[in-house]
Amino acid sequence: MSAIPRNQWYVAAYSAEIEHALFARTICDAPILFWRTEAGEVVAHSDRCVHRRFPLSQAPSRLVDGAVVCGYHGFTYGADGKCVAVPGQTRVPRTARLTSYPVAELDSLVWIWIGDPGLADESRIPRATYLDAEGYTTVRGLEPLAARFSLLVDNLLDLSHETYLHGGYIGTPEVASTPITTEVDDDAGIVYVSRHMADAECPPFYAKSTGLQGRIARWQDIEYTPPCLYKLHSRIAPVGSVPNPDGTDPDAFHVEVVYAITPETEHSTHDFWMVARDFALDDEEVSAFLAENNRTVVLQDVVALDVLEQVVAREPAGYQELSINIDTGGLAARRMLARMVGEAPQNAPAAR
Amino acid sequence: MTGGGEIPEAPPVLDGERVYRIHWVLGTDRLRAVCHCGAERDFEDPVELWEWLLGHPTGHHADPRDSAPPPDDRARILAHT
Repeated sequence: MSAIPRNQWYVAAYSAEIEHALFARTICDAPILFWRTEAGEVVAHSDRCVHRRFPLSQAPSRLVDGAVVCGYHGFTYGADGKCVAVPGQTRVPRTARLTSYPVAELDSLVWIWIGDPGLADESRIPRATYLDAEGYTTVRGLEPLAARFSLLVDNLLDLSHETYLHGGYIGTPEVASTPITTEVDDDAGIVYVSRHMADAECPPFYAKSTGLQGRIARWQDIEYTPPCLYKLHSRIAPVGSVPNPDGTDPDAFHVEVVYAITPETEHSTHDFWMVARDFALDDEEVSAFLAENNRTVVLQDVVALDVLEQVVAREPAGYQELSINIDTGGLAARRMLARMVGEAPQNAPAAR
Repeated sequence: MTGGGEIPEAPPVLDGERVYRIHWVLGTDRLRAVCHCGAERDFEDPVELWEWLLGHPTGHHADPRDSAPPPDDRARILAHT
């Protein structure tokens, strides 16, 4: 049985990745072809010709006058996926059309609906407006992960691993030793994990980007909307500083770390990562520093999770994990994901 | 079952009608589960904790003193989300 939730929105690409050219990516085990029409709209269809399955992203397949022409026998499809021409005959079979996928472009992200197209509701797409808003600068990347997406969910829901796996970058002793508060709203589909460190060491990642020296107040607020979008609201401020009652927070630096966790297959994942900040907006050195360091941190996770995937894939069924306090949020996320696929995972409460 | 002990000063963020909250009791290894019905209980195992929370209303006897704050007192999701 698949562990990938269906009837869900997933991030398929960054907006900037898709131009007026053929672009292929496997999402949730489906090979999908994307292109941006001349009108600027992103379309997504099955990346297989209905005739003999030739990948339409594969040269010499090409876009001609807004239609994709299969490089094998010339079947031609319009932006709506309907076949408009076949070789050697004038009659085009009525069933000749590509499977189409609903797509929405929001906050610099291209979202795709995997499931019954009739159920696609764009209002259910979780938002991260700062990725494409005035007053923020964002750096981003995408790393291939040879591990099932649930391992990345586990990883990101418990940031105490920063102290051990990412020491010297974003990890400091306080992260693993500060108590957390977890909130779960099943109706809204949100897991929220707060770790507010009032007096903490400033890790190099933030010391060099903000210029803050010495001890800091460091807040980490995770907001995960399963299955795909993970947001870490990171607040860095001088010790003793708290936001004003009206919500303004002039003494603090805000870094919004976003991950889009999109299954490629049952055992591999597209690890989209973004870092948006509300300071030093035009400072290219800060941008380069944050991009390089966050990518380093992401790759540390990738190495660890790629190993873990091999361990999990080869172990006998029924392995019993041990969970402790730091796993409270991760267990909540697993429970929501289990409910989405209609089963209960090992060592997590059954879905209701 | 609820012992004493302070909980971290993180104000409630989610404002739904059925929000579960779990606090790590400061200076201890205990987790305090707070159901949306107001029932509270401390645990040392997050798996047992979730089983109890999701078993609502079985074994959930809300103490009025422990009720969740009224909706007006709850912070909304952070302004910058």
